[in-house]
Amino acid sequence: MSDTVIKVENLGKKYILTHQRNEPYTVLRDVITEKVKSFGRGVLRTFITDHSPSADSSQEEFWALKDISFEINQGDSVGIIGRNGAGKSTLLKVISRITEPTSGRVSINGRVASLLEVGTGFHPELTGRENIFLNGAILGMTRAEIMKKFDEIVAFSEVEKFLDTPVKRYSSGMYVRLAFAVAAHLEPEILIIDEVLAVGDAVFQKKCLGKMGDVAKEGRTVLFVSHNMVAVQGLCKNVIWMDQGQIKEIGPTSTVIGEYLGKNIKATLKRQWDNPKTAPGCDEVRIHHILAHSPSSEPGMALSVNQDIEIEVEFWSLKSKQDLAITLLIRTVEGIVAFTTSTIHNPLLRGRHLDKGLYRSHCRIPANLLNNNIYNISILVVKNQAKVLFMIEEALAFEVLDSLEQRGAYFGKRPGTVAPLLIWEMQHINDNIT
Amino acid sequence: MSNGFDLIIEPGKSTKQYWRDLWKYRELFLFLSWRDILVRYKQTAIGIAWSVLRPFLTMIVFTIIFGKLAQFPSEGVPYPILVYAAMLPWQFFANSLAESSNSLITNANMLSKIYFPRLIVPASSILVSLVDFLISFVILAVIMLWYSFSPDWRILMLPLFLILAFFTSFGFGLWFAALNVRYRDFRYIVPFVVQFGLYISPVGFSSSVVPEKWRLLYSLNPMVGVIDGFRWSILGGDTPLYWPGLLLSTTLTMIIFILGLRYFRNTERTFADII
Repeated sequence: MSDTVIKVENLGKKYILTHQRNEPYTVLRDVITEKVKSFGRGVLRTFITDHSPSADSSQEEFWALKDISFEINQGDSVGIIGRNGAGKSTLLKVISRITEPTSGRVSINGRVASLLEVGTGFHPELTGRENIFLNGAILGMTRAEIMKKFDEIVAFSEVEKFLDTPVKRYSSGMYVRLAFAVAAHLEPEILIIDEVLAVGDAVFQKKCLGKMGDVAKEGRTVLFVSHNMVAVQGLCKNVIWMDQGQIKEIGPTSTVIGEYLGKNIKATLKRQWDNPKTAPGCDEVRIHHILAHSPSSEPGMALSVNQDIEIEVEFWSLKSKQDLAITLLIRTVEGIVAFTTSTIHNPLLRGRHLDKGLYRSHCRIPANLLNNNIYNISILVVKNQAKVLFMIEEALAFEVLDSLEQRGAYFGKRPGTVAPLLIWEMQHINDNIT
Repeated sequence: MSNGFDLIIEPGKSTKQYWRDLWKYRELFLFLSWRDILVRYKQTAIGIAWSVLRPFLTMIVFTIIFGKLAQFPSEGVPYPILVYAAMLPWQFFANSLAESSNSLITNANMLSKIYFPRLIVPASSILVSLVDFLISFVILAVIMLWYSFSPDWRILMLPLFLILAFFTSFGFGLWFAALNVRYRDFRYIVPFVVQFGLYISPVGFSSSVVPEKWRLLYSLNPMVGVIDGFRWSILGGDTPLYWPGLLLSTTLTMIIFILGLRYFRNTERTFADII
């Protein structure tokens, strides 16, 4: 095939893990003492035939990548998803030649630029202008190319005024903007990006995504690792799902992401902790249980768009006279905050002091508010309306299913986080059409 | 290339592409040196003066100890010039070694995030030392003017010995840079090597004070050849060049350089994993 630009065959990467070591690198001192020790053991062994298991079993093999094979065609934008430690970054590092594979082969056609980090090689003492040149060179641009793009880079980064200031005086936002601006103006045939969008403010992230979308539209090949499913969905046609160093699935974005999310988020409608000493929380409050159910149907049944959803949180107050507030943060599975809600929204509960004991708080999400999606709830416990005592991230996840009767003739999913049923009306004004 | 691909990545295969990449990244090589020079002169208050002051002060001390107190022969030239002519290559060697052996560690972040031929990193740190060398060279010219000392045609041979000095520094630099990644305590060895080397190299005195029968053995120190060569071409006069020693030093330098390059190339692939 002539238009295959990246071909990966049976790729493997093995690391030797060494345990009980503070530093990742070897110290010659250790090597020498180890040699002397093993020599000593060797001498001893000739006198005493002792076949006890070897003492240097502190090494362990670990395959960060195993049997990876896939092909990417010219102009494709492919997302790589998977949990932390699934081997995504290692794969990118092998493809971008930073580290060598242990087995297998990668064949590449075209100029590769990899962006595993924003601002690699930036030096804090140098000015913005100097760093643009330096960083450009590190990313593989020639001086002439950088000169040609210089104005565009500066405009994109929005730091014109501070070009001659050392970047150590930049705010972190400015720093990231400048760094991404340089990277965004690379013109490789294959662009490899790792999670760089995890930085910068929302507006700038959007700008970056837009720029990356442009790159993909220009017919260049993009390989994109991210945890941000929205970004992956927006950018990539195909997705590789990695799990424990292997490919779990390759296919069209929506299918693979759907399965990835389904596998990873088990919709748990109830979570309970029975021991008030070990339950999640702190010395003041611990959570007993959290559950989501629909009052109009049996407990444990699936939730649907057109039913109320009741969220219930039970907790132990472990001290007396506490002003506590339970706040819930409801996010979609893609990480978008749908809304937050809190006990302080009820004026009667605001500022109320609780004594020791078990409490139950509940709220109701009205029907026809949340769209068909998977949501998770994080619990925040706030004391004296100011201090966050603790937060339980993703304490509970639930899925809201579409109800068939509202779809009518339209069988697709309604876009959006919320899917309210609003009151629509339409009047006939007159017959005049001229 | 096979199957019409530009690049094949396979384990244990050093690509022919490497040398082509080295050429492609030649600008990065200059940029890294430029960065190091720029940063150095931004951070230190006396900047350029620093690279001048060190060899100059050492020269004064050596002139007093070896020339005045110990009364070593001066080959018929002012003793400060004798010392400074040796100080130049020695400082170049010492700086290169110190800089290049740490170069990979200080650029660790780059090594683990970006691909480029790793050889560029120690090489660019030697280029930085070369800039210091050139500045110090101007001082030599000033000292020579002060003593109204004019060199003869042999000064034209100096670039050859500078190349020899470069290979000596680069050869050792490659070894130390690569070893430093693997065994992090090598950085403690380097200052020791540099200090020790200063005493066993003919910096403060002419190598003619070494008895004839030990001369060849003395040339096992590759810097002996370099320093003798510098003296020969700068001082002129009738100091003859000790050819067997120079040949031995040169051969050793080349062996160290080639083995260093091989060791570096072999370990380079794993830098990103262990750094």
